[in-house]
Amino acid sequence: MALVDKVKLPKPLSWLLNFGRARSLWVYQWGLACCAIEMGAAFGSPRYDVMRLGVIPFPASPRQADLVVISGTVTDKMAPVIRRLYEQMPEPKYVISMGSCANCGGPYWDSYSVTKGVDQVIPVDVYVPGCPPRPEALLEGIVLLQERIQREDMQERWRGEPIVVPTSAPSSTRGPAAPAVSAGSAQA
Amino acid sequence: MSPPPTASTLREQQAYVAAQAADARVNVELDTGDMTLNIGPQHPATHGTLRIACQLDGEQVISAEPLMGYMHRGYEKLCEVRTYPQCTTLINRIDWLGSFANEVPFILAAEQLMGVEAPPRAQWIRTILFELSRIANLSLFLGDMGVQVGALTPVFFAFRDRERVLNQIEEVTGGRFHPNFDRIGGLKDDIPRGWIAETHAVMAKMRGFCDEMEDLLMGNEIFQTRCRSVGVIPGDVALSYGLSGANLRASGVDWDLRRDANPGLAWDQVDWRVWTHPDGDSFARYWVRLQETREATKIVDQLLDGIPSGPIMAKVPRIIKVPAGEAYVSTENPLGEMGYYVVSKGGLGPFRVKIRTPSFSNISVVPWVMRGTYVPDIITILGSLYFILGDIDR
Repeated sequence: MALVDKVKLPKPLSWLLNFGRARSLWVYQWGLACCAIEMGAAFGSPRYDVMRLGVIPFPASPRQADLVVISGTVTDKMAPVIRRLYEQMPEPKYVISMGSCANCGGPYWDSYSVTKGVDQVIPVDVYVPGCPPRPEALLEGIVLLQERIQREDMQERWRGEPIVVPTSAPSSTRGPAAPAVSAGSAQA
Repeated sequence: MSPPPTASTLREQQAYVAAQAADARVNVELDTGDMTLNIGPQHPATHGTLRIACQLDGEQVISAEPLMGYMHRGYEKLCEVRTYPQCTTLINRIDWLGSFANEVPFILAAEQLMGVEAPPRAQWIRTILFELSRIANLSLFLGDMGVQVGALTPVFFAFRDRERVLNQIEEVTGGRFHPNFDRIGGLKDDIPRGWIAETHAVMAKMRGFCDEMEDLLMGNEIFQTRCRSVGVIPGDVALSYGLSGANLRASGVDWDLRRDANPGLAWDQVDWRVWTHPDGDSFARYWVRLQETREATKIVDQLLDGIPSGPIMAKVPRIIKVPAGEAYVSTENPLGEMGYYVVSKGGLGPFRVKIRTPSFSNISVVPWVMRGTYVPDIITILGSLYFILGDIDR
């Protein structure tokens, strides 16, 4: 994609590319704790069926993934591993932090061994609140991420720097984005 | 060794050196002894973040060492700075597949210290929810074991049918996963209207799920060859490693805390039996859990028909202060014996809580049982031992 980061693409073309990227997300599942079961319910169960959103949840390795769902408690022992596997993912890459523990430490806010939020280790695009979030909440997070990808400027994204995406844009069909989206990658 | 005089370029010199080195390597005895294979901490087959460091000789495992701590969240220390009602919130999350079953022994220990006893209706509903969480826990295992041997379909069935049980739990407690419903002296709420009939229907469906799994997996030739006489744990070894629950019963030891040391719940009011299997292999562990799930549906069915009337909460003070003392209560959780040793010094929260979790003891047998097995069997043995990482690391 040498063209994308050098030339300002015409709007229809960038819309089309973004549309394709948003609807073919390969998710690397990072099941850590309780949320992993709810993530498994969202990805593996016939009731929630994440593939209808164009999300393919079975890449064998982070090197094939576009999106990683960090679901569960991140401990200080696990944090370097997360960092390492995140660095193996190819750009452009996205992170969903699922559950209170991955967001901020959750009920273990005063624990000596829990990292208080995975955003201390890797930049996060969408935070899904809940303990654990229902599978529907994770689907909502994925839909929000897809809208975000749809609005992205590809030139900036391919430069590999953290970018800030406006939370509401005219191309959005949903109006102002819900507070679950935050420009986490900008803060990191 | 110096490069030949004809090698002019650097590239040719390097090629020569590499060729010489390769020759030297071929001519010595190749060291085929040990290879270290690291499984985890992030691996689809390990149910979480367990790491296993294996020493291999060819395809055979010389030693396998489970390395834990990737999910250590410090429950025992956190319980010291929480009040009793706050502790149950944390304790829910130890074994996250059968959450309600985690609360019960802790609440029973606290009740024992306070000298409070929950009214019979609360005890019965507790037992029903306990067994429901057992079904929710074990049904996922029944499907997941298929994934371990390469059959993906059963896990979809498991997730489909497990939702029904979770819905029933949610209808009573308001929480799909972590109910936080048990209180010292009883329960938070009564069961809603119409719930009993719905649960009967769900239990019939879950028995259908068990039959389906029996047809789909247990009669399958591949499943049998992968699991039969693989990972055999004899009964005396299982006892000496402190195994409990279905892992112990699959080794032929007839031991079930629900029957042997009933801490006051309603299991002695209904007709059920403990299933054991003499083989002690992976297949036996699957078989025992399948029978237990089926038995649990029958327990729930019988309990639902006989819920006594009355209050669901005993008289307890608003602010719970537990008098000084020590108590240990353990129950037969979906994974095995889970016990809480609560030490109180008369404050709002426990002074010290020691949590005895089943998975921690269950995986301690891994180095013993893995020795001499083959690499593909590592995954099936781990799957059949059935641990949950929150339960191991706490």
